[in-house]
Amino acid sequence: MAGRLSTIGTRIAQSIPVILGVVVVSFVLTRALPGDPAVYFAGAAADEASIAEVRTALGLDKPLPEQFLIYARDVATGNLGQSLSTGQPVLEDLANRLPASLELTLTALMLSCAVAIPLGVLAATRPGSAVDHLCRVLVTAGVSLPTFFTGVVLIYIFYYLLGIAPSPLGRLDFIYIEPDRITGFYLIDAALAGDWETWVGALKQLVLPAVTLALFTMAPLARMTRAAMLSALSSDYIRTARAAGLTEDKVLFTYAFRNALLPVITTLGMVFSFTLGANVLVEKVFAWPGIGSYAVEALVVSDYAAVQGFVLAMALLFVALNLVIDLTYTLIDPRIGFETK
Amino acid sequence: MSLLSINDLQVSFKTRRGTVNAVRGLSLEIEKGETLGIVGESGSGKSVTSYALMRLLESNGRISGGALSYGGIDLRHAKESVMRDLRGREISMIFQNPRAALNPIRKVGHQIEDVLRRHAKATRSTARAEAIKALEAVKIRDPEARYNAYPFELSGGMCQRIVIALALACDPKLLIADEPTTGLDITTQKAVMDLIADLIAERGMSAMVITHDLGLAAQYCNRIVVMKDGEIVEQGDPKRLFTAPEHPYTRKLVDATPRSGASVRSLLPAEQRTPAPELPVSETPLLEVRDLTKTYQGKSGPVHAVKGISFKVMKGQSVGLVGESGCGKSTTSSILVRLTDPTSGEILFNGEDLAKTPAGTFARDPRRAAIQMVFQDATDSFNPRHTARHSIAEPLKRLTGLKGKALKDRVEELADLVGLPRPLLDRFPHQLSGGQKARVGIARAIAVEPQFLILDEPTAALDVSIQAIVLNLLVDLRAKLGISFLFVSHDLHVVRLLCDHVIVMRDGEILEEGPAAAVMDAPAHAYTRELLAAAPEPPALAETLSSAAE
Amino acid sequence: MSDTATRAEALKQQDGALAHIAYVLRSNPVTLLAFAMFAVLLLAAVLGPLIAPFDPLQTNASNALQPPSFTHWFGTDNLGRDVFSRVIVATRLDLAISIAAVALSFLVGSVLGSLAGYWGGWLDAVLNRVFDTIMAFPLFVLAMGIVAALGNTVENIVYATAVINIPFYARLVRAEVNIRRDAGFAQAAKLAGNSDVRVLALHIFPNALPPMMVQVSLNLGWAILNAAGLSFIGLGVRPPTAEWGIMVAEGANFIVSGEWWLAIFPGLALMFAVFTFNLLGDGLRDIVDPRQRS
Repeated sequence: MAGRLSTIGTRIAQSIPVILGVVVVSFVLTRALPGDPAVYFAGAAADEASIAEVRTALGLDKPLPEQFLIYARDVATGNLGQSLSTGQPVLEDLANRLPASLELTLTALMLSCAVAIPLGVLAATRPGSAVDHLCRVLVTAGVSLPTFFTGVVLIYIFYYLLGIAPSPLGRLDFIYIEPDRITGFYLIDAALAGDWETWVGALKQLVLPAVTLALFTMAPLARMTRAAMLSALSSDYIRTARAAGLTEDKVLFTYAFRNALLPVITTLGMVFSFTLGANVLVEKVFAWPGIGSYAVEALVVSDYAAVQGFVLAMALLFVALNLVIDLTYTLIDPRIGFETK
Repeated sequence: MSLLSINDLQVSFKTRRGTVNAVRGLSLEIEKGETLGIVGESGSGKSVTSYALMRLLESNGRISGGALSYGGIDLRHAKESVMRDLRGREISMIFQNPRAALNPIRKVGHQIEDVLRRHAKATRSTARAEAIKALEAVKIRDPEARYNAYPFELSGGMCQRIVIALALACDPKLLIADEPTTGLDITTQKAVMDLIADLIAERGMSAMVITHDLGLAAQYCNRIVVMKDGEIVEQGDPKRLFTAPEHPYTRKLVDATPRSGASVRSLLPAEQRTPAPELPVSETPLLEVRDLTKTYQGKSGPVHAVKGISFKVMKGQSVGLVGESGCGKSTTSSILVRLTDPTSGEILFNGEDLAKTPAGTFARDPRRAAIQMVFQDATDSFNPRHTARHSIAEPLKRLTGLKGKALKDRVEELADLVGLPRPLLDRFPHQLSGGQKARVGIARAIAVEPQFLILDEPTAALDVSIQAIVLNLLVDLRAKLGISFLFVSHDLHVVRLLCDHVIVMRDGEILEEGPAAAVMDAPAHAYTRELLAAAPEPPALAETLSSAAE
Repeated sequence: MSDTATRAEALKQQDGALAHIAYVLRSNPVTLLAFAMFAVLLLAAVLGPLIAPFDPLQTNASNALQPPSFTHWFGTDNLGRDVFSRVIVATRLDLAISIAAVALSFLVGSVLGSLAGYWGGWLDAVLNRVFDTIMAFPLFVLAMGIVAALGNTVENIVYATAVINIPFYARLVRAEVNIRRDAGFAQAAKLAGNSDVRVLALHIFPNALPPMMVQVSLNLGWAILNAAGLSFIGLGVRPPTAEWGIMVAEGANFIVSGEWWLAIFPGLALMFAVFTFNLLGDGLRDIVDPRQRS
């Protein structure tokens, strides 16, 4: 157990150089702008004075290592600069909009896990069956679907043709009152407030974007589950378990599925990466007021501080998610603690 | 009535090339309390038979005919639920590669409990105690602690004990052991087989031991069935099989099984035995190793793989390097063939210290051709994209600069020398059999006329009859070309057949060395004696019979 | 070696490979279909403007937002441009971006991965850190950041897509090279007098190629998606250039009012391309390693 604890410690410590790397890359991106970064950061409407002001604020008149230190200090203290378009500090904007993105992303992920993992397991246990073929089609079609295109098609079918979906504009139709902000997740906040009408309204808005995102992430998950399950089922220890007369349920779940889960959890990291990226596109399609659409709006008006703040925030979020995945893995796989001993 | 009876069993597999009949009309019986050995070379259908009777065939295989009856139950037509009740409780199975046979992320104690509870031999409250009892039964020290272990924390031998504990937890009446010692070290092999034999005797079980090793079967079984191409060629009492084999195939197998007192020629079928060649050994050393050490930087501190060994190999001599896995023999051979640099020490080759040239640049050293190697795993040692011709030609092109017709002639000359039919030269490795690959490997190694050849367990993966042929080929080549051998092996019988001089290694040190006959007949070190005792010894009568037949 | 022998050898080699490919294609006609789809894509990319019935940039206000008809198979957009012509012409640009990006990451990834996998040591450790850092970003987001920083051009889309793909290639090659570094045939090649570089380049790397080709094919699909995604949010390709992502983005504005053909046809073309590369990748995987299936 001591080995396990120290492994967890090591894993957490290992994410420090990664965070450092992320900050370095992010710094390079802000300074790699062709031309004078100060001009970019000050925005199109800036005059000489405000450009000079930005230059001093960013420390652009100092040598690079010193600039990096200033940048690192700013990041550490949460100073990501001012957004030109909203006039607010970037960090504040991101914090305000993050719950919307998380609500969408997490709902989509839960949805896709709930469909993809059982589907992959079923496909692996019945190779060549209808479920298996369905799984294959879904997997190949799923990775070929551009998320933004899926979103557009779903809007056309469910909003324009069938009229059962609400208009694809944001998190809540204007007829509902926004729930009091507690977590920032409308579904949770509305439930906490006991306002079920708003809850249903928020859910209606959430369904299409979440399905769009889930369709995209289902494919890699189902594919990996199927492959991991197949390889687990063909392994020697399954043969041993069968030779010992264990029931098929025991063989499938306690023996095969738990082993198959390990590579699936590893894949989740990649899936998160895809989801966070696709999130940007889905938010734009559905006018979802998350950090993705914030970044897209900022890109259009060349609001560099906002864009780079968004990239950095996404990376840190992803590092945190990966850490959670790693820790989960450590808890499930007993072999991990052993390697580092 | 016998416990198990198999009548005219047919098993077929659907493959790309059509249906393959793996077992063709096999009939046998196992009596209560009897241990039956099923012996055969790879592809003989011996394992398939056992999987068929457990109804655990791969999805592309099926029982296409015959009857299987266990204590009156028709195993061929029994419902799957009936089979599940039988498996583990009436008929149990243990496997080769024990570590892979256990669930890697489940405590071994829990895996035993799963079986106990499945067959109602324990309840939730008694499961732990029963599982520990099962661990005790296989003579595991400190079973309480082992209960909580995961397979990766245990040695191969220990894992096999757990697999045995799991198989025997519910007191089955029939135990099937499928190559239970393959992949284990020779001393562990003996311990595991002795344990299985003891448990079988203690509980009065019947057993089916499936093995490729006729000697092992003879030592542990009451009766032996010899299989070839899915059919039984002969069955009977082990002693009778060795003394008076009736079928020519059994005779060939008996002859090819290495045993003490045999000569390398006597492994071959009588009609193929030619007089053994003269093997003169010079008094001049070809290779002299002085105080060789190799230390790796492991995860938990330095690992001393080789701890200051010294020995000599004379011109024309064949030296055997013997030891179990982890003894440093592979590291030593890798250093001597100049693929790895030693940490310290000298490698004097014809008086020059090779250790002075780093392994990284030795490929372009003029002495590169003088030291060559035949690799253990014939499959892994060939570039899958190169034909046999290409593989043999490679060292010739690089080290001798041969080209065009001269190169082609030389490759074909080498193929003739190792007995490889010329048309096979244009095949890719996966299109060649194990024995053919061994020949290509040898041809490649001798292509540039080395003075010193390292043979790293060149026959470990081969069936005995092929091994007999390859060993004889090596003896002939040594006589013809005057090469010195360093023969690395864990098989003492084979080393004795091929070597003049033996070095026994353990934990990176040389424990004992001397002339082969002296070391084998009067080992000075206790470990050597243990190794010798562990090697399965088939009934020695065969030799007299074979010589009588000559 | 005599000529006849060489030819016989080559023939035999070809025969074995061809027989295997024929077997895979017979047992999986989908792969054959994928090759046919790929041919269609290539044709559209090469001939592009030649087979487009209209000028993809020619606006015609009086003929705007016409639904698909016999003249305009895919209808016309809000400026009266022929959607079919624009979809066809866009093929070249979309394929060019993804092929250039994948080629770049394949080259750089192969070299770095081979070096890291064969020699290990500090180079491996440093590269590993660098790749860890790149992979620490959600990849599409990093691509956004790179294009935003380097400037909004098509070349920068190629570079950004290449950068985010390099770790995959490098890691794959590294693993493939690493497992073969101490393989018997690599050692045998050294005994035959090959230097390390020759062993790596002539013996080990060619054996790592088949899994690489599978990755290339799957990756091409992903690169197209990525590039189209970037232009969908307004990066890289600028209007009025015909490109699938930007056409979907422009068409999306009309979907709520029912003018579906603006967004659906370029979207379908995009899907078709990605689907082709994915099928091709799966098919190649079967050809390379039949065990992956089943």
